[in-house]
Amino acid sequence: MSTVESTAETLRTPPAGQQHGGHHQPQPGEHGWTQTGVSNEKLGMWVFLGSECLLFGGLISTYLLYKHTAVQGPRPHDLYDIPFTSVSSFVLLMSSMTMVLALAALQRGDHHRTRVWLVTTALLGATFISGQVYEFMSFVKEGMGYTTNTASSAFFTLTGFHGVHVSIGIVMLLSLFVMSLRGRLPQEKSEVVEIVGLYWHFVDIVWILIFTVVYLIP
Amino acid sequence: MAIIEAPEQTGPLALPGGPSVPAVPAMGVFARPGQTKGWRSWVTSVDHKRVGVMYGTAAIFFFIIGGIEALLIRLQLAHPNGTVLNAAQYNQVFTMHGITMIFLVVMPLGAALMNYLMPLQIGARDVAFPRLNAFSFWCFLFGGLFLNTSWFLGGAPDGGWFAYAPNTNPVFSPSHGMDFYALGLIITGIASSVGAINLIVTVINLRAPGMTLFKMPVFTWMGFVTQLLIVFAMPVITVALFLLLFDRIFGANFFEVRAGADPLLWQHLFWIFGHPEVYILILPAFGVVSEIIPVFSRKPIFGYPFMVFSGIAIGFMGWGVWAHHMFASGVGPFSVAAFSVSTMFIAVPTGVKILNWVATMYGGKLRFTVAMKFAVGLVAMFTIGGLSGVTHAVSPSDLQQTDTYYIVAHFHYVIFGGALLGFFGGMYFWWPKVFGYLLSERLGNWHFWLILIGMNLTFGPMHILGLEGQPRRTYTYKPGYGYDVWNLIETIGAFVIALSILVFLYNIVKSRAVAKRDNLAVGPDPWDARGIEWMIPSPAPSHNYNPVPVITHLDDFWHRKYGEDERGRPVRIAETAEVVQDGDATGVHLPSPSYWPIVIAAGLPVVAYGIIYNIGLALVGAFIVLVGVYGLGLEPSTDPDAGHGPAEHHDETPPPAPAEPDKAEEVAPA
Repeated sequence: MSTVESTAETLRTPPAGQQHGGHHQPQPGEHGWTQTGVSNEKLGMWVFLGSECLLFGGLISTYLLYKHTAVQGPRPHDLYDIPFTSVSSFVLLMSSMTMVLALAALQRGDHHRTRVWLVTTALLGATFISGQVYEFMSFVKEGMGYTTNTASSAFFTLTGFHGVHVSIGIVMLLSLFVMSLRGRLPQEKSEVVEIVGLYWHFVDIVWILIFTVVYLIP
Repeated sequence: MAIIEAPEQTGPLALPGGPSVPAVPAMGVFARPGQTKGWRSWVTSVDHKRVGVMYGTAAIFFFIIGGIEALLIRLQLAHPNGTVLNAAQYNQVFTMHGITMIFLVVMPLGAALMNYLMPLQIGARDVAFPRLNAFSFWCFLFGGLFLNTSWFLGGAPDGGWFAYAPNTNPVFSPSHGMDFYALGLIITGIASSVGAINLIVTVINLRAPGMTLFKMPVFTWMGFVTQLLIVFAMPVITVALFLLLFDRIFGANFFEVRAGADPLLWQHLFWIFGHPEVYILILPAFGVVSEIIPVFSRKPIFGYPFMVFSGIAIGFMGWGVWAHHMFASGVGPFSVAAFSVSTMFIAVPTGVKILNWVATMYGGKLRFTVAMKFAVGLVAMFTIGGLSGVTHAVSPSDLQQTDTYYIVAHFHYVIFGGALLGFFGGMYFWWPKVFGYLLSERLGNWHFWLILIGMNLTFGPMHILGLEGQPRRTYTYKPGYGYDVWNLIETIGAFVIALSILVFLYNIVKSRAVAKRDNLAVGPDPWDARGIEWMIPSPAPSHNYNPVPVITHLDDFWHRKYGEDERGRPVRIAETAEVVQDGDATGVHLPSPSYWPIVIAAGLPVVAYGIIYNIGLALVGAFIVLVGVYGLGLEPSTDPDAGHGPAEHHDETPPPAPAEPDKAEEVAPA
C-alpha cells in the first residue's frame, strides 16, 4: 500500500470499533459490524413491520369503506359476540407478556424457562386462532359467508390476514422451541427471540387496532 | 480447526443437547455450493455485484420482449383500420407492454444499478442480507417469467397495467390473464419489498467509517429514498391485488357493484401505490445523472443538500398526489382542487433537481462522452415530460387529456426519456467498473442519437394526436380524423428506437471482443471520477474494499486525488495509481453462496399456478417454499468450512464450544 494512503488511514480515526472493551468486537468490513450498533436482522425486522403497517392499513380501510354497504345478508356488526372476542383478545395480549418472559429468560441463560414461555406463547396464540376459527364457523352458520356481501368479504379478508400472521408467528415460536431443545438457541443468540418477539408484538398491536376499529366502534 | 477450551457449563438447567454442541452446524440438505465459475456459481451467488449483473441481464431480456410488444402496437396503429392485431390481442399486448416495461424492465434496471453500486458507494463488503438479495432477484425473474407464460395459457392480462376493477372481473375479463396479473405482481412485489428492506438496512448499517448520511453520493441517496417508497408502496398494491384475486377466484364482493361495492376502491388503492411507483422508476435515474454530470463537468454537484432534500421531498410528496390519476372519476371538487395543488407543488423539487444539474454543468469543463450525452438527454427529455405533467395538474385541462395519447406522450417522456435514458447513461458510465472494458464511444454515439431521434419521433407526435383526440387503449382508428400521418411517423420512430437498441447490443458484443483481442485493460478510474467505487480495480473484486476506506469528504476519492488552489480550482495532490486499491483480499471473509434463495423463489410460481389451476399444486409449491425457508434460516450465512484468511477467527458468534472434529466433518461438502 502506498505511503500516502497509510498516512491518511492513520489520521482518520474510525468512529466505530472503539465502543466496547472486552472480547473481539467486529471491525468495519467484518461480519456483524454495523454503523448504528443495531444488528441488521433487527433493523430489517423493523423495516418489514413498517411495510406491514401499510398492508393492514389497506385492509382496515377497505373494511371501513364497506362495513355499512351490505345490500343483503347479515352484516358482521349484527353477529359480533363482543364478550367472546374480548376474551380471545385478552388471550392474545397475554401472549405478548409470555413472549417478553421467554426473551428475558434466554437473556439470563435460563433455557428451561425460555422453552416454557415459548411454548406458552405459542399455545396462547393457538387459542386465539381456535377462537377465530370458531367465530368464523359460527358466522357462516348464521348466514354470513365470505361471499354474502361486501362487509363480510372485507371482514373475513382482514381478520383472515391477521390470523395468517398469527399462525406464521406460532410456527416461528415452535421453531424456536425446537431449536432451543436441540441446543441451537444459545444465550448469545437471544436476539433471534427478540426479533420474533418484535413480530409477535406487532401482530398483537394490529389486533388491538382491529378489535377497536372493527368490533367495538359501531 | 483449533480446539479451544470448553466454556463453563450454563448451570443446572442446561439440558443434554444444550450449548455443548458446535455453535452452528450447517443444516444444509445440499452440500454448500463452492463453485466460483460456470452457471452454478451464478445460480448460487449471493454477491451483490453478481446479483446486480443478473438483474440487468434479466431486465434487458424483458426489455426486448416489451419492445417487441411495443413494435406490434405501433405496427397495428401505423395505418387506419390496422389488421396486425385484433381488439382482444391488442388489449393483451398493450397491457403486457406496460406491465413488462414498468415491473420487469425499469424497476429491475434500477435494482441492478442499486444492487451493484449502493454497497460500493458506501464502502460496504456486501448488502446486509446477501442471500435475501439473491432471493429477491430469483423471485423477480420467476415472477416475470410466470407473467409471460400467460401468453401460452389462454391469454395474457388484458385490463391495462392499472387493471381497473370491476373491468377486470371475470365477467369482463374471462381468461386467466388477470389472475396471472395479480399473482405475478404479488410475486414481483415480494421481490421488490425484500430487496428494499435489504438495501435500506444496508444503507443505514453498513456505511464505511466516516460515511455519514450527508457524505453519501446522490445516487445512493436517491436509491435509499426509492427503497423507502417501495417498502411502503408495495403492501398497498398487494392488498389491492389480493382483493382482486379473491373477487376472481372466491367470488368475494370487493369490486362487485351489484353487491354495493365502490369501484373507486381499486383506483385509490392502485394509485396510492401507483404514484409513488413513478418515483420508484425515476429517482434511481435521477441519482445516476447526479453522478455522471459532476464527473464530466469536473465540478462537484451543485447544491448537494438541495439535491438530497429535493429527493426526500419527492419521496414524501409522492404520497399526496395520487388522485390526479382520478380527476375524471368523480372524486368531487374538493379532492380535485386539493390534488391539483399538490401535483403542482411536486414539480418544485423536480425543478430544483433540473436546475442543479444545469448549474453543475455551468462553467464546468464539459466532456461529452456517451454517458454524459445520455445524462443531458435525460435532463432535456424529462423536462418536456415534466412540463406536460404539470398540464395534467390543471384539472380542467386534464379532463380533456384523460384517456388520450397526450397522457401516453407524457409518461413515455418521463419513463423512456427520463428513467431509461438515465439508466443507459449509467450503463455506459459504470460498464468498465462492472465488466472491465469500456463500451465503444463511436457505437455509443450511434446508440444515443438514434434513441434520441427515435423517441422524439415516436412520442412527440403523441402530444398532437392526444390533443386532436385520439383515444389511447383503442386498437384502431378510422381514416379521415387527421391521425394517419402522425401515427405513421410514430411507427417509424419506434423502429428507429429498436435499431438503436440493436446498436447497443452490438456495442456490448463488439467492445468486449475488441477489448479481448487487443488485451485492453481498463484501470480503476477511467473517467477521473469522484466516487469511492472508482478506487477499486475494474472489474470490482468480489470483496469490494480491502482495507475498508475511511471517509472524510463527500466525493472522497476525488479529495484523495485533488486539493484546491487559492482560487478554488482543483490541483492534483496524488496520482490516481497511488490512491487506488490493488484488490488484495488477504483475510477477507465473504458470505458463502447458497442454493436456498433460488429454491424458495422457484416455489412461489408453483403456488401461483396452483391457485389458478389446481390447489394440490399450490400445496406442493408451498411445501417447496417452506423447505426453502427452513433451509435458508438454518444454514449459517457464512459457511464455517469456507476457506478464509488465516488471521480470521471471528464468526457470527464467538464459538461457545469446541468444534468437535467428527462433527465438523459432517458439514464438509460432499
